[in-house]
Amino acid sequence: MSGLLDRFTTLLGKGAAKGAASSIELKAMIGSGGFSGGVHPKQMKITAGSPIVQSPLPPRLILPLKQHIGQICTPIVEVGERVLRGQKIAKSQGYVSAPVHAPTSGTVLAIEEHAVPHPSGMGRLCIIIEPDGKDEADESLPPITDYRAEDPGVIRERIRLSGIVGLGGAVFPTFIKMLRDHRHPVEMVILNGIECEPYLTCDHRLMLEHSAAIVRGLDIIMHAVEAQRGVIAIEDNKPDAIAAMQQALADIAFEHIEVRVLPTLYPQGSEKQLIQSVTGRQVPAGKLPLHIGVLCQNVGTTRAIHDAVCLGQPLTQRVVTVSGDAVPSPANISVRIGTPIPFVLAQCGLEDLSGVRLIHGGPMMGERLSRLNVPLVKSTNGLLAMRQEALYSENAVEEPCIRCGHCVTVCPVGLVPNELAWHCRNDQFDRGQEYDLFDCIECGCCSYVCPSHIPLVHYFRYAKGQVAKIEKERSFAELSKARSEARDNRLAHEQAERAARRSKVRKQQAGDAAGEEVSGAETSGDGKEDKA
Amino acid sequence: MNILFAVLLLGGLALLAGIVLAIASRVFHIEGDPMMERIDAVLPQTQCGQCGYPGCKPYATAVASGEVDVNKCVPGGERAMLAIADLMGVPPKEVEEEAAPPMLAYIREDECIGCTLCIKACPVDAIIGAPKQYHTVVESHCTGCTLCVEPCPVDCIDMLGKPEVLEEWTWSAPGKSRLVIEDSAEGETHVRAA
Amino acid sequence: MSEFALIMLSAVLVNNFVLTKFLGICPFLGVSRKLETAVGMSLAVLFVMTLASTASWLVQQFILIPFDLMYLQTIFFILIIAVLVQFIEMLIHKSSPVLYQALGIFLPLITTNCAVLGVALLNVQQEQTFMTSALYGFGSALGFALVLLLFAGLRERIDKAPVPEAFKGSAVSLITAGLMSLAFMGFSGLVKV
Repeated sequence: MSGLLDRFTTLLGKGAAKGAASSIELKAMIGSGGFSGGVHPKQMKITAGSPIVQSPLPPRLILPLKQHIGQICTPIVEVGERVLRGQKIAKSQGYVSAPVHAPTSGTVLAIEEHAVPHPSGMGRLCIIIEPDGKDEADESLPPITDYRAEDPGVIRERIRLSGIVGLGGAVFPTFIKMLRDHRHPVEMVILNGIECEPYLTCDHRLMLEHSAAIVRGLDIIMHAVEAQRGVIAIEDNKPDAIAAMQQALADIAFEHIEVRVLPTLYPQGSEKQLIQSVTGRQVPAGKLPLHIGVLCQNVGTTRAIHDAVCLGQPLTQRVVTVSGDAVPSPANISVRIGTPIPFVLAQCGLEDLSGVRLIHGGPMMGERLSRLNVPLVKSTNGLLAMRQEALYSENAVEEPCIRCGHCVTVCPVGLVPNELAWHCRNDQFDRGQEYDLFDCIECGCCSYVCPSHIPLVHYFRYAKGQVAKIEKERSFAELSKARSEARDNRLAHEQAERAARRSKVRKQQAGDAAGEEVSGAETSGDGKEDKA
Repeated sequence: MNILFAVLLLGGLALLAGIVLAIASRVFHIEGDPMMERIDAVLPQTQCGQCGYPGCKPYATAVASGEVDVNKCVPGGERAMLAIADLMGVPPKEVEEEAAPPMLAYIREDECIGCTLCIKACPVDAIIGAPKQYHTVVESHCTGCTLCVEPCPVDCIDMLGKPEVLEEWTWSAPGKSRLVIEDSAEGETHVRAA
Repeated sequence: MSEFALIMLSAVLVNNFVLTKFLGICPFLGVSRKLETAVGMSLAVLFVMTLASTASWLVQQFILIPFDLMYLQTIFFILIIAVLVQFIEMLIHKSSPVLYQALGIFLPLITTNCAVLGVALLNVQQEQTFMTSALYGFGSALGFALVLLLFAGLRERIDKAPVPEAFKGSAVSLITAGLMSLAFMGFSGLVKV
């Protein structure tokens, strides 16, 4: 029933997105969650009470040149060069990109391929820095204290130069999300303090310990996009964070920002789902939140924006939750980006990594790391080291679908995961796309509830990859075809020209008697040209 | 008499039908071979000639006219074969030759004598160079067809596997395999499928 | 009016040509491998059957009966059907070469599709009027299309399902067809006259 209602709201949203009143009514009909589906996995927030600790400097830092969605950066330092903390060491290449900064002062040891946290286990070009321990800062970016007096464009440029990307895990360059489009003015900025993934508590601790910076950061974003309303969305399982944020708002006396408490539900922290929960409006498929006048930013990103603008510090460290049953002392650690993951784990007492499954991110959406000697990157919001099975079993044998429909009930996007997985499994990718494969947010709800242990999300990831691959092959084939046809045309043309030249020469040599024959050859040559 | 009348009647009706069909065939006459175009569209366009035809289009023409099997495209592999069989409405037939992993041609430039023979052989104009100058392969255009290897008089062209890059990695289908963590010789911990 | 409705209901469900009269089994099994081809076949049969039943009624009433040529019934009907099939073949070749290729031999074989001739002959046998015979032809074709599409949908699914090795392919298709036939038997007695 709620699925039907959803469809209805989507239709309404497409037709008249401005009808806020009607969508609020519909929201009341849909129920408290805002979006249909969702699950309640075990919270496992064992580090919720552990204050953020600062990690020491590692013996070396490995900085991948691509820690964001978009084009890879190009290094602008030489091997052996001394760099300072916050110094830009790789510049953006292309528009959708974010520069990389040195996390501390030291020497560039190498610029080479190194393993990065990625499910493939493959490597990518990295800058390797050996810290000198002095941690001297580069002061090229002056702090902007009175940001409200600055032009929004200046703020956005600062955010771009500071290499800030979405720290919730999606790592999309933040400045692009904040671009102003006159057709779609941003009415509301939502601060995402949901943190619905089990185990993860880094955003929670940030809200408790850096509430003032976060509130200011939100104000900066609102100024940069000229939005009038700000909403801090927090789930009701974090009452202390709710209180802290309310206190911070009261202290600074920001009246254009409110705290919105939402019932705990996974995956409420997903951008489109959160927007639906807060505003009651759906972001149409294939559209951006911007198109309905909403901007969503993560707590960690907001704090990084505050630091970049008010303190002049580019993004060089982030808070990470290190947890899992294999970790003796789970903690929230503030780590320099580029710190090797084994070094971070050792801070929490985990030295022996044999038999440990390492998950990069949360248990629901995180990716299993196939290589352990990888650096911590901008997208690392959690590190889970597991000996036992986490939430759902990775190694359970897949059994046949019993069509219980649980996956359909819990899908927050309103897909039919069992049907979709059936088509993906059989490589019927066209059919899969008819079932809206690309609307899947890979939240993992379907895999979590499946009683037959079908790795549904894995099927969807596989299918998405295959579709992209086929598309790429097809466009390459088209290019090759065009090139080959161009070559054939050119060859035919050359041949025709040669024939024409030959006939002309022959015409000059021979008398009038041979003229007719020559003209015949000429026409045949022309004919070939036409055909080509 | 009666029989003659029946025969005439039937014949007349048949003649009428024949005229109608003749007109229809004029109206619905089709130019060219639309099947060939469709088959050509699913071929990988490597122009490698491994099917025994001098390029993808000639093979598509041959398949459309039914003179050759649907399983001759080696680089297209099973997917191209299934797509062609589907278009032609014939049962799928196993591709006999296993497609080699994607390759690119590389010219060892210090050995190249600048003879331009490989440039003439390349079906997609992916080799650039001039007489008495080093030649080089434009990687983004090379289809890995190996047609340039044969003409080279000094054998300075290598076919090397296309380097795997992170950007082109995709998830493999979930299999029955389990992952095992182990320590490799270099002291690095790996996870591999068992 | 209710008579027309009854004829339609009877032709589509109760006396379904394929599943209760077992006519036209060969295209039913032959072109049901894919839904797309089944749709094409259904449309072709819809066209041929409707026109064939009306044309054959006209031939019957205005040629065969007046000239007392009833013994030439079959040959006349086949002639009409063949012309119609040739016509639709050209039409499909022009409009959808892929469908033409996919239907393959089954397209000209509509000529000998017993369902088509069956409709023409049954119309004569049951002494239908022009309207009812046209409706009967159309309804029968609709029934044929219905089961062909249902069956094609099922087969597409079964094709990818983990069927035991011994049952793969035609075997499981025939079992499916049998089960569908059993299900359609359930429609008998749907209407009490």
